[in-house]
Amino acid sequence: MSNTVVATTISHTIGHRFKVWWMIFKISLEERLAYRGDFALGTLMRFLPIVTQIFLWGAIFSAGMTEEGKLFGYSYTDMVAYYLLTMLARAFSSMPGLATGIAAEIRSGEIKKYLIQPVDLLGYLFLRRIAHKVAYYAIALLPFAFVFFLCRGYFSSFPDLLTFGAFLASLVMGFLIGYYLEACIGLVGFWFLEVGSLLFIYMLLSFFLSGHMFPLDILPTSVKTVIELLPLKYLAYYPPAIFLGKIQGWALVYGLLIEAVWLLFFVVLSRVMFHFGVKRYSGFGG
Amino acid sequence: MYWLKRYLNIWFAFLRNSLVRDMSFRNNFWLELIAASSWVVMNLGFYILVYQHTEEIGQGSGWHFPEFLCFLATTTLITSVVQAFFMPNAQEFSELIRTGGLDFVLLKPIDTQFLVSFRKVSWSSLGNFVFALGLLGYSVWKMTTAETDPLVLSPIICLLYPLFVLLGIVMMYSLMMILAATSIWLGRNQTLYDFWFYITNFSRYPKEIYSGAWGLPLQYLFLFVVPILLVVNVPARMLAAPFRHQENPGLWYVEWYLPIFMVGAAVVSLSLSRAIFQWALRSYRSSSS
Repeated sequence: MSNTVVATTISHTIGHRFKVWWMIFKISLEERLAYRGDFALGTLMRFLPIVTQIFLWGAIFSAGMTEEGKLFGYSYTDMVAYYLLTMLARAFSSMPGLATGIAAEIRSGEIKKYLIQPVDLLGYLFLRRIAHKVAYYAIALLPFAFVFFLCRGYFSSFPDLLTFGAFLASLVMGFLIGYYLEACIGLVGFWFLEVGSLLFIYMLLSFFLSGHMFPLDILPTSVKTVIELLPLKYLAYYPPAIFLGKIQGWALVYGLLIEAVWLLFFVVLSRVMFHFGVKRYSGFGG
Repeated sequence: MYWLKRYLNIWFAFLRNSLVRDMSFRNNFWLELIAASSWVVMNLGFYILVYQHTEEIGQGSGWHFPEFLCFLATTTLITSVVQAFFMPNAQEFSELIRTGGLDFVLLKPIDTQFLVSFRKVSWSSLGNFVFALGLLGYSVWKMTTAETDPLVLSPIICLLYPLFVLLGIVMMYSLMMILAATSIWLGRNQTLYDFWFYITNFSRYPKEIYSGAWGLPLQYLFLFVVPILLVVNVPARMLAAPFRHQENPGLWYVEWYLPIFMVGAAVVSLSLSRAIFQWALRSYRSSSS
């Protein structure tokens, strides 16, 4: 008899958990959808730099390409496809305002509410972020589809299903790594009150070394080998590179495994940082 | 000339105040300086990488490596001035609108546009200005000592280059004021600042890259309708490849029409921004409490 009581209590708590999660998700989603006009316009404008990139690379290829029409192993259409796919990868991995938000809550003392209420900070923000992303995709789908349709000529071939699956996996893991990596930077706020400059350095490095600005294959081999060891490449370079068939076979399998290890590393790191950060933290006043 | 002296005095006071404030957070100042310049250095690194694999950007455009460094230096000169003098003010302006702080600015016995657009100076952005001067010097040295067809600098070009850089800054300032003025109507305009970034993004590349069936209309759009493509292209080309018609020197006006047009465009855009700003101020309704 006691067994059934335990079982119902467990199912009750799990059900309750899900209800809480669903509620957080729903509220965040509605909050985001309030500004959809601004949002859609912003998304479309984010493609404007791609226009200059298309022309810039056209000019670079016009003078520099080899006999086969390639540069750094990329054809011109590959290069444009790379930039378009990076936009997609960034749509998953970029976390605007996450680190600054966490640091601001630590500084202002608002973080106390997570310590008092039975809500876990990282879990709560995670759900909110998913809601942000879902709202974003719902609205950005149209501009994205429009641009990709216009640029369909730059995609020479669609990858096979297995590669496409790996591409999707790398997008999802890119989202997770982006979240936990930036959460860690925000949690540094427990030790330093101001994380703005740290965040700027991170953004700068990530812009150049994640493959956001250019495919990492441009780099000289020695530099590339070092950069490839960093987790930044999963934020932008990796998904497009998989899609375009730059990483294949066992290299792809190992690559995804290493990505999963990095993800685990940042999940654990964020938990450890939160644990010790809260121990350090002292809130005054009310 | 009394008013000019008065305004210059006030401007010097702004410069001094901003420097005092920057120097009271010295660590932050150095961090900002490093951050801003590392951006420029990394951008330079990207083009160095690109030029490892190509002779010029755009077949036949004339933008070889030393010439392109001159282009890059000109871009950096102009953006560093804009970021040092105007960017912090434009950012604060929309905040002044939102909070109603503009009331106090309007009460001051001084031109509102002057006060709004020159009050703050971000000294740390001027690090890039110095860096750009160095880069410019290097590229000019490279171009004048080139083995084939070295550049011969005429004194006129040396005088005209800074003048046209200044005109470019005037045009950027005008665009920024127009965007800032719209925040009076819209209340808050985060998207408009993104818009500033995305629009000026078009000005940072040689105009020759916009070619072909899609590129040419784009080039003409940004040369003649929203003339931001003139901002860097005209002064940079003036220095790197002096305006002269190669085959027929008698056709000088073919090459000079863009600089002449730019003088007009700068005057028009400055007057336009002034008019729009004044017009927008008239519809300012303050914010309650």
